[in-house]
Amino acid sequence: MSSNVITVPVGQAEARPWVDELHQWVTTVDHKRLGILYIASALLFLVIGGVEALIIRIQLMHSHNNFVSPEVFNRMFTMHGTTMIFFVAMPVLFGFANYLVPLMIGARDMAFPRLNAFSFWLSFLGALLLYFSLVGGSGLYGAGNAPDVGWWSYAPLGARAFSPGHSSDYWTLSLLVSGFGSIGTAINIIATILCLRCPGMKLNRMPLLVWMNLVMAGMVLLAITPLSAAQIMLLIDRYLGGHFFDTQAGGSAVLWMHFFWIFGHPEVYVLIIPCFAFMSEIIPVFSRKPIFGYPVMVAATVCIAFVSMSVWAHHMFTIGMNSYANSFFTLTTMAVGVPTGIKIFNWIGTMWGGRIQFKTPMLFSIAFLFQFLIAGLTGIMMAASPFDWQLSLSYFVVAHFHYVIVGGILFALFGAFYYWYPKMTGRMLSERLGKWHFWLFLIGFHLTFDVMHIPGILGMPRRIYTYEPGRGWDTLNLIVSIGAFIQAIAILVFVANLIISYFKGADAGNDPWDAWTLEWSISSPPPAYNFATVPTVASRRPLWDEKHPEDPDSRYE
Amino acid sequence: MSMPQMRSSTLPFLARTILLLFLPAVTGWASESGSYSPGTNIFAPASTPAKSIVDLSIFVLVITGIIFLVVVSLLLYSIVKFRGRGMDGGREPAQVYGSMQIELAWTIIPILIVVVLFLATARVIHATQDAPEPAGALDVIAIGHQYWWEFRYPKLGIVTANELHIPVSDPGHPTPTFLQLLSADTDHSFWVPELAGKTDLIPNHPNRMWMDPQRTGIFLGQCAQYCGTQHAKMLLRVSVDGPDDFASWVSVQKKAAVEDAGAIAGRRVFEQNACMNCHRVDGTSADGRFGPDLTHLMSRSTIAAGAAENTHDNLRLWVQDPSAIKPGSLMPAMKLSDADLDAVVSYMETLH
Amino acid sequence: MSATTAPLPNAAENWILPSRGKVAMAGLIIAESAIFTIFVVAYLFYLGKSTTGPTPREVLETPIFYTICLLSSSLTIHLAAKSLERDYIRLFLGLWLLTIALGGLFLYGTAQEWHRLIYEHGLTISTNLFGTTYYSLVGLHGFHVTAGLIMLLIVAVFALSGRVGVKQSGRIEVLSMYWHFVDAVWVVVFTVVYVLGR
Repeated sequence: MSSNVITVPVGQAEARPWVDELHQWVTTVDHKRLGILYIASALLFLVIGGVEALIIRIQLMHSHNNFVSPEVFNRMFTMHGTTMIFFVAMPVLFGFANYLVPLMIGARDMAFPRLNAFSFWLSFLGALLLYFSLVGGSGLYGAGNAPDVGWWSYAPLGARAFSPGHSSDYWTLSLLVSGFGSIGTAINIIATILCLRCPGMKLNRMPLLVWMNLVMAGMVLLAITPLSAAQIMLLIDRYLGGHFFDTQAGGSAVLWMHFFWIFGHPEVYVLIIPCFAFMSEIIPVFSRKPIFGYPVMVAATVCIAFVSMSVWAHHMFTIGMNSYANSFFTLTTMAVGVPTGIKIFNWIGTMWGGRIQFKTPMLFSIAFLFQFLIAGLTGIMMAASPFDWQLSLSYFVVAHFHYVIVGGILFALFGAFYYWYPKMTGRMLSERLGKWHFWLFLIGFHLTFDVMHIPGILGMPRRIYTYEPGRGWDTLNLIVSIGAFIQAIAILVFVANLIISYFKGADAGNDPWDAWTLEWSISSPPPAYNFATVPTVASRRPLWDEKHPEDPDSRYE
Repeated sequence: MSMPQMRSSTLPFLARTILLLFLPAVTGWASESGSYSPGTNIFAPASTPAKSIVDLSIFVLVITGIIFLVVVSLLLYSIVKFRGRGMDGGREPAQVYGSMQIELAWTIIPILIVVVLFLATARVIHATQDAPEPAGALDVIAIGHQYWWEFRYPKLGIVTANELHIPVSDPGHPTPTFLQLLSADTDHSFWVPELAGKTDLIPNHPNRMWMDPQRTGIFLGQCAQYCGTQHAKMLLRVSVDGPDDFASWVSVQKKAAVEDAGAIAGRRVFEQNACMNCHRVDGTSADGRFGPDLTHLMSRSTIAAGAAENTHDNLRLWVQDPSAIKPGSLMPAMKLSDADLDAVVSYMETLH
Repeated sequence: MSATTAPLPNAAENWILPSRGKVAMAGLIIAESAIFTIFVVAYLFYLGKSTTGPTPREVLETPIFYTICLLSSSLTIHLAAKSLERDYIRLFLGLWLLTIALGGLFLYGTAQEWHRLIYEHGLTISTNLFGTTYYSLVGLHGFHVTAGLIMLLIVAVFALSGRVGVKQSGRIEVLSMYWHFVDAVWVVVFTVVYVLGR
């Protein structure tokens, strides 16, 4: 059997001193190592952001609680949102993209390995800047304060007048810096996909994960940059006496909202599209069928990318736009649900007629489908702007977006972890611990986020450090908080699985899942150079063709 | 002129009634006391804007509910029917790549659903936002502050704070309240769920909303746009009054402050400390605009925008140290001596 | 398991993909265009909305000469890149230095204009909405010109020490894409600020 590995004679691969190892990691330009660095730092901030969430949930367990002061609470929800979006979700997805894209296209590395490293470290520096505010930022209440302006920092709350000191500046700078890192990674992903595909891999033969990361990267270029521009404007206001968002000088608070959401809405698609990518790789393998409707999946993704650029003001239905503007954004927001729904149908279509294997990656994927459907439907509810005039800024919308981010993105990520961890480490994650993780997290998730819709319907606004008794919110909030703790336990199980399996997991071999894309043709973990000889492909599932030479995909595409 | 009337939904009457009973009951069951409508349930509307939202929302919920049931059924069916059983001997199922007809079907049907939903929604948007103001309407200007509400009735010459009194509106002869929404500092949002959807108060961006409550009573709400430290305690209390009650409230509010000879000492404390820099008491030299108008303080049942009941002890504590009740409030502790404190509170308690 | 599937006879030979430098620079240009678009939108939105202070009509003078300098530098850099492709190294160097000079002149013109605006008319970034949006937009562009000039100078240093030849023409082309972008942005900024805005 020919193995696509250049073997190293026994005896040469000796253990290195740990300083050496550390140095290798810090100076690496290898996409696989950078991918792991992104993922590891995201996991660290997931735990930190999770602690912030638990603090919020303890405070809200019952009315008039005083577990934390209002000042601390306001910092917690600001930091929780900022951390989770910018220093957990984006890095972990960039990490997986970094790791998988070159492997799936048969390339040696990303197009610009040094830019890749630079982008990672910029992103990590951004995270450090944000958390440095705990030491350095002097906000409204003295030194050592995290920002407390919410993760959107609406004008004029973010202005010097209402946020003196430096807490807000750490927020602004951290996002500006990590934003540049994101742009660097996006450029790298696009150049890699367009320029480094192996022979035979035409655009319509790329794995869907590669397609979707290409679309995501394109969106990053157009979505992150408006935020960067707005951050620069905010800094000019705060430090150079500018008036971009200074309502006293004729400036517009609404303009900040437009700029922020022109970033903010495409951003959530930037986050979900790579998760669609994971689902499009995992569901076919565990259904033992190719993805149903590959060209439609590509077209729908591109369609989502374009339409999602036109929906941003559905975050602004309450700010007093005229009825024509509200109607327009209602229409576009409902419209973006069409290509999104098509994808859900295609995934179900993939499972239909298959032979489904309920391994842990597939459990998370099925839960994803169920939860993403619900999240999409609550989104359609809020797309109807009059309904949104009640639901917006309440716990209903908090429930909705956590349904997408936790129920959708995080579940898909867990699936991706269980699926690709064997490739990255050479070890299988424990199925037993995986199932504990899955069921605990599922129960906790639904306890928290299903129930959370109800206080919203009962009039509970978001971002409040406490609430009045007698509104009917107490018991509901208690249940929500209990669910949060169950999720926390599940995360601990997950982390334990990651660590224990690294040392004791079963040997993975090249291709533990009997899958069909190029990364499964090389060893686990892959050698530094990825492929000893550049592969050539003739279809969308090169390994299927190899395993089934009597019935290759290339005959049907 | 025509006020937008509540339209009966296109759904069968039965379905709509069931849902209207079901939703408040479910949300009420899930709530604390077991009896529903604690005052902020969006499915217990008492005013046309809120009612038309409920009607629309039921339509949307039914459609999304149907979509949910269909898709989840397909998902569950596929999990059960197509699960791999034990050792399949490594046989792979038929490798199906797609189907253009199916793709077209599940593209066109959602597009049609979107068109229907959009048209239903656009109607309500227009009816609510573009409703003309009738002659009998009451005008109120609401100005958002960190962390309290200023209400001005320009045609009546009234200024008050935090507790809004408006007349009940008879559908046959409507007397809605039209609010102009402004802000003195940062962004806020006026949300009284049972009366209307929320609308933001944004500096340099005046907004407009209306409500026509069709039953009397107290309606609760609070600020919904994060505005700073005490965003959570910027509560709203709307008292919908019958015509007589409203008229008598107005006549009291129009008067200048009560002059009680027994409270002269306290009034002096009020005027000689910085109180008058921020607060107004009509008929005295206190004409500050930064804080709430206190002319008829005792006509309000709460203080500090709902953060505390308007009792002697709370009032005293508030003046002594606002951060004991509402830390982060912009009212400074005046550091009065106990004697001055008691005097000024006695004075404030004469401001009916 | 081999990853090499049944090899297609001509797959490797006819397999030509775009140059990664050009794709990356195109990506950067797209991203930067989005940033500039936001600043342009802010500029246009705030036209006429300043509550005090000098208006564009009162203080702006159209910088025709310096605009011609900058736009000509696009021509010279294009010719420089073409010369390098054909191995006319000295011609390349001359045109390259001319490009730098023209770009430098443009920056000088901006500095001169700002000096006049600040000291003669009292218009600063904090004066009013016009000041804020004007200095931000023109300044952002000037910053990009400066960054470009620095890169051009680095190449000039390499060229003067004989290290730039035909083999580097791909990279020179990528850099000139950036320079063209900077010029194109100036066309937009010029139109918005000096034509539409007055």
